[in-house]
Order: sequence, then C-alpha cells, then structure tokens
Amino acid sequence: MTDTALSAMPAIAKTPSASTATAGLTAKTRRRRALAYLQAAPMALVFLVFFVVPLGLTLIVSFWAYNEYEIIPSFTVQNYIDVFEGCLNTAEACTTVRTYLSTLKFCALTWVFTLLIGFTVAYFVAFHVRSRTMQMALFLVCTIPFWTSNVIRMISWIPLLGRNGLVNDTLMGMGLIKTPIEGLLYSDFSVVLAFVHLNTVFMIVPIFNSMARIDRALIEAAYDAGATGWQTLWNVVVPLAKPGIAIGSIFVITLVMGDFVTVGVMGGQQIASVGKVIQVQMSALQLPAAAANAVVLLGAVMLMIVAMTRLIDLRKEL
Amino acid sequence: MDVELIRLTKRYGNTTAVDAIDLKVRSGAYCCLLGPSGCGKTTTLRMIGGHETVSSGDVVIGPHAVGNATPAERGTAMMFQSYALFPHLNCRDNVAFSLKMRGMGKAERRAKALAMLDLVQMAHLAERLPAQLSGGQQQRVALARALVTGPKVLLLDEPLSALDPFLRVRMRTELKRLQSELGITFIHVTHSQEEAMALSDLVVVMNGGRIEQAADPRTVFERPATAFVARFIGGHNIIRLPDSTEIAVRADRMRLGPQAGSGAVPARVVSVEYQGTSVHVGFEADGLGGPGATALTAVIDDAAYAGRPLALGQTVSLGWDAAAAHHLSA
Repeated sequence: MTDTALSAMPAIAKTPSASTATAGLTAKTRRRRALAYLQAAPMALVFLVFFVVPLGLTLIVSFWAYNEYEIIPSFTVQNYIDVFEGCLNTAEACTTVRTYLSTLKFCALTWVFTLLIGFTVAYFVAFHVRSRTMQMALFLVCTIPFWTSNVIRMISWIPLLGRNGLVNDTLMGMGLIKTPIEGLLYSDFSVVLAFVHLNTVFMIVPIFNSMARIDRALIEAAYDAGATGWQTLWNVVVPLAKPGIAIGSIFVITLVMGDFVTVGVMGGQQIASVGKVIQVQMSALQLPAAAANAVVLLGAVMLMIVAMTRLIDLRKEL
Repeated sequence: MDVELIRLTKRYGNTTAVDAIDLKVRSGAYCCLLGPSGCGKTTTLRMIGGHETVSSGDVVIGPHAVGNATPAERGTAMMFQSYALFPHLNCRDNVAFSLKMRGMGKAERRAKALAMLDLVQMAHLAERLPAQLSGGQQQRVALARALVTGPKVLLLDEPLSALDPFLRVRMRTELKRLQSELGITFIHVTHSQEEAMALSDLVVVMNGGRIEQAADPRTVFERPATAFVARFIGGHNIIRLPDSTEIAVRADRMRLGPQAGSGAVPARVVSVEYQGTSVHVGFEADGLGGPGATALTAVIDDAAYAGRPLALGQTVSLGWDAAAAHHLSA
C-alpha cells in the first residue's frame, strides 16, 4: 500500500503544476483570440446585417409560395420551375434563356468597349502624363460626370439621339443622309452606348490604380531588352495591369447584369433584361418569383466571375 | 567595343546636367564613372545606353556614332539600380525576356536563359519570382538578364548600392571576374571611390557635369588632377602653399615631430581614430596659406603610433615628405 502511494506521489505532484502552466497559457491565448474577434466584430456585423441577412432572406423567400394577394411561407421549388419553364424544349429557346442571352450580349459588348476605352484612358493618364498634379487633375475630370445622377445622364442622350435629335439633324443638315437614321435611340445601340458611358469609369479607376504602381524602370528595362512599344504593352503593362482589369471587369459585369433602369430608359421599355424581369415581378408583388430569379441571376454572375478569374490566372501561366 | 563620347551634352531647360564631356573607353575595359550625386554620371550612362536623348555631341560605340539608335541596336545592355526585374515573370523568363522580344522560340530561349543563370549561379532558383529572392540573388538575375543577348557594352547603374556591405564586396569580386571572363566593356556608375578603385581600369571622376579626371586608379590616387578629385578620392590633405598654389599630400605621407622636415607647422590634435592596422589622427593647423585653421589628417602606422601616442589638444609639428607633395591644377 505504501509502495503504491509512494509511486503515485510524484505523478500527483507533477500533474497540478503542469496543468496550471497549460491553463495559464490557454487563458492568455484565449484572451488574445477574444480580442481579435472583438476587433473583427464591427465589420462582421455590417456584413451580417447588410449582406448575409438580406441574401439569406432572399434565398428563403425564393422557396415560398404566392398567389394574387399574399405570399405564403412554405417550401416549394415551384418558383424555380417557373423560371425555367419551357427550357427543356430544345426546338425554341425559352423566355429566361432569351432574356439571359440578351443581357449577356449587352454585358459582353459593354465589357469590350469599357475595357478598351478604360485601358486606353488609364494608360494615357498613367504613362503619357508626366506630372503627378496633371495626372490627378485628369483623373478627377474622369469622375466629374458622376456628380449627376445616372438617370439624368441617360436621359441627356435622348435629345441627342432621337429621331429629330441633334445627331440626325446635323447629318441631314450636312446632306449626308436623306432620312433620319432610325434606331439611334431605343435600340441595342443606345443601350450599349449608355452602358459604356455610365460604366467606363469603373474600368478606368482600378486599371489606372494598377498602372500607377508599375515601376517606370520596368518600361525602361523592356526597352533596353529590345521590346517595341506594343511588345512592352503586351508583355509588361497588360500583365501587371491584370488585377485592375479583373476588378474593373467585375464591376462592369455585375452592374450590367443587374441593371434594369438603363435597359428600360434607353431601350424604350421594349428590350428585356434579367433585372427588368425581376423588377416587373416585384411591382406585381410576386416576391417569391422575383427572389428565385434573383438567386438564379446571382448564380449566373458568380459563375461568370469565377470563369473570368480562371481565365486571367490561366493566361498568367502562359 | 570601344566607347567614345564626343562633346556629349545634356541640358534640361536651363540646367546643364552633362557639359560637353569627352571620353574614350577602350574595348574590354572596366570603366567606373565616379562622383557625388547630381554630378551627371547616371545621365551620362543613360545617354550611352540610349535611355536619354542627347542634347548635343555624340556617343560612338565601335565604329559608328549611335545617334538615336535603340539599346538593342547599340549593342548595349543596362543593369538598373533597382534591378527592374519583371515581377510577374520568374527568373528564367526574366532572363529570356529579350530573347522572346527578338522572336526566339520558347525551347531555345529557355535553354539560353538557364545557361546564363548558371553563369551567375542562379540556375537552381530559375522558377522563383523576383519577390521570392534576396537582394543579392535579384542582382545576379538582373546581371544574367543584361548579359543574355551578348551585349558589347554592359552599363551598370549603381549596381551594388542596394546590397549590404559584406555582400557588396562579394558581388564586386564577382563582377570583376565576369568582366574579365567575358571580355566586354563594362561602364559602371558609382559614388563609392572604394568600389571604383577596386574594380576599374579607368576611373572617370565627375563633378558638376564635367570630367575632373579620367585615368587608371593608381594615377588618380597618386596624382589627383584637381583639389576636387583629391578630396573625393579621399586619403589626401589639400594644402595651400604660401605662393597660393595648392598641393595634395597623401595622409599616410604626413610626417610628425622630428621627421616633420623643414616646411613643418605646429598643429593641434583634434581627433584620434584607431583603425586596426593604422591610426587616423586629425589635426588643425594655422598658417597654411588659407584663412583660419586647416583640417588635416595623418595616417600613422599602428606600431609607430603605439611608440609615440598623442593626446587630444596636444600640439606637435606636422610636415610631409617633399617627394609626396603633388601639385594640383586650379
């Protein structure tokens, strides 16, 4: 008995001291961890209230049922079935697919033009304007149109592009055309024009930002290595501006995909878009259907962005 | 290839950065452009490399005046101060960049780039991005990139200034080794006289856009042409004689006390710095031509100093070897 007690003694004596040490350590770590959570809390709260909760609610509501005068909490996939109604018919594209194709077309056209214009403007300001002050001044000039509202800027195209608008009048006055050009306004052209006008700045800013970080010595090094201007542009400037291009593209794509005002105003309420569909359903109080459409749109936009980032990373490998 | 500058001038508005300089660098020489910041040495280098337009005068590389030719047409390559490695390309592709620009196939240019990286002992890190390398490693890659096209003249813009002192000495040796192996002309800009002395066959001391002296390092040190050169190279005392001519005397040729000789003056000890093999003693002496006290330095062998130590504030007679006095031109 004494033997076992003695042999047990050291073990007992050892354990408490060891455990206090670990306890002290964990208490410290725990405190530090709590502090870190506390520091992240305000931002997390903002995200929760303004991002996670609305998105969660949209997702929930998209599974609810509705009739002419009320929405009914339940779990039904009917709203999603409605979205893709007739889409299994391969002979003719369903409304949803046609609407998406139309929106994607605007998206692609707007993306190409905003990218070309945005890259060129950013390149000019970042590389051809020597003085910092002038750079900042020109940069601010780019943002001045944003002091007026989107709708005003859209509407201001109407007197310009209309049937008897400034463009048609001028061209006819100069004798270049006999009859006014139809389709300047309330057409795909005017929609894309307005989109490009509204969104180019979202390309300029991030691309300029990444270009401004490019060390000028790199351009000289490329010149020293015998690169021509275009080679330098393609092999040095474009790869280093890629983060800006990616961010700008995400801005433009998400803005165009979700838009319903521009397509409405500039398309003369005749052109369908995904955003327009959602807006119409909302005004008819078909909130679950609108929610389902919104979730599908969210999925589509996310797929596009994932695909785009893949593409950009892939090009980096080449 | 020979590099020759003829009345080379660079003006920015009203300021003249480089003022009608003439210089001839023999083929295969290691030339250092040495001077304080703002002396025009980097501008000169950039004009040789075609990175700066020439206001007037000519750069002649080999048999031709290069005019406005691109660096590739000149056969020069530049190694930039900040190395300017492309951050989005790994070491191999950085080195292969200029070959790619020339339209060389992928396999061939990669093989050449690897061979060049091997020359600077960087082949094992060929896949790394510049951000993953230390300063010394980045510098080796930059060197390989500059050399890969086989330039006739390599231009180096303060290549060692970003390195720590230990690495700087090692890379210095490496540069010298590469230069003698490749046998091409190196033109190296530096503000460190020590670097210029250690590396070059031809030291070009510049000041205020002009060349003060261009000679081999030994001549520059033994017979500095002007007071500026003597001061900048260091290790010299500049003394104004009663006949108002100036002489330079090497600090280690100053003589103290009994050996001071006939021209000796009384001088007060103001500082004593122990340097291991020698002791640097600072003096102030009156009556050496100029107004006020003249600061002088004597470098004394450590054993000699130990035999007769000096105390601060002590006055001793200070002179110099008559043979060591070198007359400066105004």
